[in-house]
Amino acid sequence: MTETLTQPRMGFFTDTTVCIGCKACEVACKEWNLIPDDGLRWTGESYDNTSELSANTWRHVTFVEQRKPLKLDGETATVETDAAAAPEPLRWLMESDVCKHCTHAGCLDVCPTGALFRTEFGTVVVQEDVCNGCGYCVPACPFGVIDQRHLPRSADDAPLALPLLGKQEDGRVWKCTLCYDRLKGGHEPACAKSCPTDSIQFGELDELRERAERRLEKLRAERWNGARLYGHDPDDGVGGFGAFFLLLDEPEVYGLPPDPVVPTKHLPQLWRTTAIAATAMFVGLAAAFIGGSE
Amino acid sequence: MPSLGTSFGRGGATDYQQDLMNSDCVVIMGSNMAENHPVGFQWVLEARERGAHVFHVDPRFTRTSAMATKHVGIRAGSDIAFLGGLVHYILEHDRWFHDYVLHYTNAPVIIDERFSDTEDNDGLFSGWDPEKSRYDVTTWQYAGTQVHGAAGQREEGFQESASKGEQSGHGGHGGGFSHGDPPERDDSLEHPRCVFQILKRHYARYTPELVADACGCSVEEFLHVAETICDSSGPERTSAFVYAVGWTQHTKGVQMIRTAAIIQLLLGNMGRPGGGIMALRGHASIQGSTDIPTLYNILPGYLTMPHTEHYGGLDAYIDRTTSPGGWWGNANAYIVSLLKAWWGAAATPENDFCFSYLPRIDQDNSNYWTVGQMLEGNVQGYMVVGQNPAVGSANGRANRLGLANLDWLVVRDLVETETAAFWYDSPEIESGELRTDEIGTEVFFMPASSHLEKDGSFTNTQRLLQWHFKAVEPKEDCRSELWFYYHLGKKIREKLKESADPRDLPIQDLTWAYPTSGEHEEPSAEAVLAEINGWDDKGQALAGYKLLKPDGTTACGCWIYCGVFAGGINMAARRKPHWEQNYTALEWAWSWPANRRLLYNRASADPDGNPWSERKRLVWWDPEQKKWTGTDTPDFDEEKPPDYVPPDGARGPDAIRGDHPFIMQADGLGWIYAPQGLVDGPLPTHYEPHESPFENPLYDQRANPRRQHGDLPEDPYNPTGDEPGSELYPFVATTYRLTEHHTAGGMTRFTPYLAELQPQMFVEVHPDLAQERGLEHGGWATVTTARSAIEARVMVTDRMRPVRINGRVHHQVGIPYHWGTRGLTTGGSGNDLTHMALDPNVHIQEVKAFTCDIRPGRRPKGPSLPEHVAELRDQAHTRRDQEPRVEPAENTSTVPSQ
Repeated sequence: MTETLTQPRMGFFTDTTVCIGCKACEVACKEWNLIPDDGLRWTGESYDNTSELSANTWRHVTFVEQRKPLKLDGETATVETDAAAAPEPLRWLMESDVCKHCTHAGCLDVCPTGALFRTEFGTVVVQEDVCNGCGYCVPACPFGVIDQRHLPRSADDAPLALPLLGKQEDGRVWKCTLCYDRLKGGHEPACAKSCPTDSIQFGELDELRERAERRLEKLRAERWNGARLYGHDPDDGVGGFGAFFLLLDEPEVYGLPPDPVVPTKHLPQLWRTTAIAATAMFVGLAAAFIGGSE
Repeated sequence: MPSLGTSFGRGGATDYQQDLMNSDCVVIMGSNMAENHPVGFQWVLEARERGAHVFHVDPRFTRTSAMATKHVGIRAGSDIAFLGGLVHYILEHDRWFHDYVLHYTNAPVIIDERFSDTEDNDGLFSGWDPEKSRYDVTTWQYAGTQVHGAAGQREEGFQESASKGEQSGHGGHGGGFSHGDPPERDDSLEHPRCVFQILKRHYARYTPELVADACGCSVEEFLHVAETICDSSGPERTSAFVYAVGWTQHTKGVQMIRTAAIIQLLLGNMGRPGGGIMALRGHASIQGSTDIPTLYNILPGYLTMPHTEHYGGLDAYIDRTTSPGGWWGNANAYIVSLLKAWWGAAATPENDFCFSYLPRIDQDNSNYWTVGQMLEGNVQGYMVVGQNPAVGSANGRANRLGLANLDWLVVRDLVETETAAFWYDSPEIESGELRTDEIGTEVFFMPASSHLEKDGSFTNTQRLLQWHFKAVEPKEDCRSELWFYYHLGKKIREKLKESADPRDLPIQDLTWAYPTSGEHEEPSAEAVLAEINGWDDKGQALAGYKLLKPDGTTACGCWIYCGVFAGGINMAARRKPHWEQNYTALEWAWSWPANRRLLYNRASADPDGNPWSERKRLVWWDPEQKKWTGTDTPDFDEEKPPDYVPPDGARGPDAIRGDHPFIMQADGLGWIYAPQGLVDGPLPTHYEPHESPFENPLYDQRANPRRQHGDLPEDPYNPTGDEPGSELYPFVATTYRLTEHHTAGGMTRFTPYLAELQPQMFVEVHPDLAQERGLEHGGWATVTTARSAIEARVMVTDRMRPVRINGRVHHQVGIPYHWGTRGLTTGGSGNDLTHMALDPNVHIQEVKAFTCDIRPGRRPKGPSLPEHVAELRDQAHTRRDQEPRVEPAENTSTVPSQ
């Protein structure tokens, strides 16, 4: 990140303890950003039929059904899971996932065209008119967020909204822009705007981190089972997320990596090592030539 | 909502959703609020964040349950047993709010000595007529008073209705008595015939053990809920109930809501912040469509539709509609102002203000009755507007066969729905039961404008009128409803212009001049709202319904909406956010009546007019200013002091005491016991659903004796209870909605962004049931009832909780009902499985609890479908008919569907 920001870094704090799984964020995102649908595919993965973040899904709500209590205070939802046995606790976790807008963004690091850039809000955005579809950024994301939008293989695969957009697809990459255009206009992102319960909170990242700490304290006092923050730590493998989360279980439960590391983290060291090796080789070669000429 | 109407006086949610955040305990029952009212649910979460308990008592573990502090699973259709158990608990443990109950409810009132209870008659109240399958309600009355028919439904005929338990208004209000004298009371509550003692006896057997047996929850779960609700009620605390169609769509739905009303009166939670009963309506303006009704039996503002047996003219109508006490005492002003709004200058005192122009009803003309009439070939034309009965109404097949029996059908909708396309695309076309070239119905599809393409108002679930402005012009032939009806009216009037037939006078004399604009001559929606609000003889907009006069000098299209255009300003369009005022947000839009947000809020103060507690203050008497004041608009005569006692002969609002908060009721009291207004009993009683695998644990009387169920061949029933053959339909089924789709799907299945979120019909089953029936997660299942069979993908989930009834484990099948044959996502229609047995008060179908069979695999296609359905049905019916039970069959005969 540049040091000369005049504008504070903006981000999301997604608090899953108040997410009701309504998916308004998914729809508001698609409507505002004119993203095609992701195909009509029933997955059977609880109430989740979009499955993952992709070129066509920039907000995605994960649903996890668990035989665990929501809270450890005794008053918890239970369900008779086996008719013969005592009722077991039951909880249904919902989490609206999104691009993390990493402090150290692998996608941005590897982009050869400059299509990916860091905005004045500290967010990471793809410029669709610059992206050449090389796809280098796709494996560079530790979360599998950024993705190419491919041409439909058959009519069955064709997203229904594509004709509306009138665009040929060419493998360019797409992901959450944190509604860069809305931010430019002084509006909050579409998903946060549409969230009825303020599960998605938009604001200055520093303030959101403080808010999240206070929230976590309250939830722990109320004995919420497994409450933890994910991605709020600036010392983690990606230097902290611009969009971080309050979860109720291990990140893996939500399909999130437990300890994400930006793949380009070791790049400087790699380059250094390479440079040393190259120098050594060059020196060696030179020595050999010099030696040989003797 | 006659349940709320009879209990409190008005057929609307008593509270507003924002106020739920003030609650100490929110009980959500018969509603999946997080999924179907996600925006309002933020206030429940706000309450939870503030430390409130949130209970979700429901057959399924839904997104609402996931957010609740506790979910209690119960068997679909057993709600009255659970709620009755709460009443029992409150009385047994002396947890009722003594001062509130004594002063604000009819608990002390003595009931007629001829009354006898379901406890005395094995499930029937006194007055049951087995010949007619009806109650004579004379014996249900207050001692020494006579029943007085209040405004509302007249379908059973005036002559008989007064004593036959006529209900007082679909979404209506409490009735009155023929004289204004206070009824006989015993304030010690010890008189054996006082309401309080009758209530105690009525619910004596609703013990926690009975609740557990009938509902399938545990005794501990029930006691936890009961204790918490009681702990969260009283002067310092309040509890709220939230319900939706999970309560109304039963053969006893009205009585389910009534039980909640009793609990809230006993606990003193009515009219107080964070209390009340939040009725959630299913669509944007369903409240509006009962206020200005699309129903056959009421006029705007819940005035009674005149009946053919009522020939007496306006005076007789007013005489019957006017209540001696309360605001229905001014019914003459409401009806005359309505007639003036409709017929303007033509309406004069000499011609009874054109009262004779009003149509008369002669019987039940409700929705399902009409379907029956279609099937019998008695209906020529049918207009379906913003509705998709081929998917959304119970027994889709019967509905579609009915449509095929019409001469013409008009469908106005955003898309060509299953109802519009039934003649070439339906399960009956597929099976060969209908052939396109043999259907005589001429179908007109009229594309409609969406709410973004027109001005207008929505009356939302909390009686709030909110204006919306046109954002874009409608495309092509799409037109607003207002445009359609206005221009249709103009065409009809043009055709009748020269007519001398007196029957055409009501149309010729109609006031039908609204300013229009644009190339399509769109009428002004604001002009219509101004007419609804009404004006005086100088054309000035009226400020409120207190100004309405019975002499023809005021006109008003709907008296409860009077004030929405006060001062010529569209109050519904006000947009001052709550952070610029207080949380009541009185300057955000406008709610009926008189912009009161929390109804009966006089009850938030004690009889002397002081708040019950500092924590729960809302409206109180200010002795200095000599008026009621507070954060909300007082729902009381602002200058009537708390110690006001009506003088002899006082009538109307003047007959209501200063400490009686329910100002629409003739006696000003909250009705724990409903002596009139409901056709199936003054107190709610647990009955089994029309189709249930169980017998009634309380009485030999199995189901609601007064429920409506016909003998249409298109609407056969599964054997039920102990009847042989019922084992072929062994599972309890319940239908519901998902957040991702809207009702019958017309607005969502055709929209890619929504269709992809729930792209296929599925049914939800518990892992044990899946194992028992060989169902595979993600595979296919066929669900069958006596009506039809549908196929769906299988969702195996812990969230479908089995229940333990009398030690036996029973499974429930969850059936979303959004799908049909049209749109981007198609699938089996849940309502093809449901039947048309109805609640007797409101004629609403029982689709929340019925029985079914479920088997793995896809359903038979083509002609094999009806064969498959008939095979199972014939087997079941043969068993039922040939192996009768040892016990005598239930002592009720079938109620003909008239």
